[in-house]
Amino acid sequence: MKPRRPTSPRPLFLLIPGLIAIAFLVIPLVGLLAEAPWGSFGSILTSPVALEALRISLVTSIAATGVAIVIGTPLAWLLARELLPGTKVLRAMVIVPLLLPPVVSGVILLTAFGRRGLVGQWLYSALGIQLPFTTAGVIIAETFVAMPFLIITMEGAFRSLDGRFEDAASTLGASQWTTFRRITLPLVGPSLVAGAVLCWARALGEFGATITFAGNFPGVTQSMPLAVYQALETDRSTAIALSLVMLTVCVVVLVALRGRYLRPTAS
Amino acid sequence: MTVIANFTAQRGEFTLAVDATFEPGSVIAILGPNGAGKSTLLRAMAGLVAVSAGSIKIDGMVVDDSQKIFLPPPARSIGYVFQDYALFPHLSVLANIAFGPRSRGRGRKAADQLAREVLAQLGITDLADRRPASLSGGQAQRVALARALATKPDVLLLDEPLAALDIETRTKIRMELSKQLATFAGCTVLVTHDPLDAMLLADRVIVLENGVVVQDATPAEIARRPATPYAAALIGVTLLRGTISQGELTLDDGGTLHTADLAASGPVLAVIRPESVSVHLVQPEGSPRNVWPGTITSLQAAHDRVRVHVDGSPAVVAAVTPAAVADLGLAPGEQVWVSVKAVEIDVYQTVKH
Repeated sequence: MKPRRPTSPRPLFLLIPGLIAIAFLVIPLVGLLAEAPWGSFGSILTSPVALEALRISLVTSIAATGVAIVIGTPLAWLLARELLPGTKVLRAMVIVPLLLPPVVSGVILLTAFGRRGLVGQWLYSALGIQLPFTTAGVIIAETFVAMPFLIITMEGAFRSLDGRFEDAASTLGASQWTTFRRITLPLVGPSLVAGAVLCWARALGEFGATITFAGNFPGVTQSMPLAVYQALETDRSTAIALSLVMLTVCVVVLVALRGRYLRPTAS
Repeated sequence: MTVIANFTAQRGEFTLAVDATFEPGSVIAILGPNGAGKSTLLRAMAGLVAVSAGSIKIDGMVVDDSQKIFLPPPARSIGYVFQDYALFPHLSVLANIAFGPRSRGRGRKAADQLAREVLAQLGITDLADRRPASLSGGQAQRVALARALATKPDVLLLDEPLAALDIETRTKIRMELSKQLATFAGCTVLVTHDPLDAMLLADRVIVLENGVVVQDATPAEIARRPATPYAAALIGVTLLRGTISQGELTLDDGGTLHTADLAASGPVLAVIRPESVSVHLVQPEGSPRNVWPGTITSLQAAHDRVRVHVDGSPAVVAAVTPAAVADLGLAPGEQVWVSVKAVEIDVYQTVKH
């Protein structure tokens, strides 16, 4: 038999669709850059509407990430150790907001925390607290949609953590709190950073649940995506400028975390 | 500091049943095949597993009675050396060792000070600032022992402390460990699947099979009369203590043997596997350097072979086939000759003598 030349490592039937996919992903970005109002960029971004939207986006997304870390990390630990009844069902419930159309998440939140909602009516009548159409409402919407990213990441990290480290700490006399603080958390630190960043990025981009549950009020609930949506109808260049800002944030996050923290398991 | 363990522990389908007493100042080896329940025994003593029936007492205090009382690990005075050591990877060696004292209420400075003392005791001060990932197996073993000892426990639990080491390091670390255990006042329980660890480190061996204690005796006794085929195959050897010099082994209980180990000197433990011992009806002439007469005291069937106990100087156990027993007419009371090649005698240097 004649020796055959090795076949091309880049067969056409894969190369051509692959290149089409690249074009599909890259061309819109180029379009955005091409249409960007480079001349008036400064004045657009320092306009009150843009600054307010930026402030609300930063405050709410950071708050949502904070809430997710404080309550999501413990839940992730409980799920990983299977210490709750119906762990499988709970795990599925955690993922639901990931798959749900965000607008549906908004409707769900209204039925729960709206003024006539299950919890909301009680909050309103007993404590006078109203969540919809407030900045707090934006934080709730963002937390609801973004927390699963953190929980899933952390559950994986806790699961892959060698249980003997916690056992060892315990035999050395450490309380459960000391063990969690000095052993468990540091060992899953890289995953916590990765999970928090994913969660924050998702919160920053949240649109559907926010506009449904919290409305679109400049200075109160109008975050960057909502401002982009509104500006698009009246002032296209403002929308594009704000979009560019969010794109830049995404790229910066990607570059900053490149490889370092986005690895699936703790070092 | 006596530990009295009389309990059963459940792990899925598996049940471990133990009834044993562990005395202070003694080293007890738990020997058994994989899945025998060795680690479960240690974990129950440490409080990492709760017992399902019975109780565990440490120094007269019930730490787990399977009903109301259960002291979690921090409330028990135990030191635990885990298999593969489980050193905290994000902490330096010093911080690993100081972790215990700090968790048990010492201030940062006092804990670090204590950790340095323990490091000095074990002669590994130079490792203080290293990370566990940069340690060799032998170094990690020493650090793990230091970490367990730093809380000054009454009971030291060692789970396969030498299994992660290559053979050469193992011999060296085993010697070291033996010295350190000799100075430890509390009681030591050592889990191993290596009979040599049990023979060289322990005063007493508990053989565990399928969650049940099948034998609880001194190493020599277990070697002489293994209770099960597993024990026979693994540890049914002849153990002889003596002093070696230039290959000449003078036995404590009388007799001398020629060995091929010319390097060793001082107190040693010699191991002769039954398969290496030949039995003859008349005095043989040949290459084996060790030939001596004796009287058969008993025959013991084990699997496909028969263990022949020969009383002589020294007494040995030989393993022969049932056919050989029949052909030679071996029976208790018979006068025979036994022979062992010098190269078949394994010699291990020991600390205590």
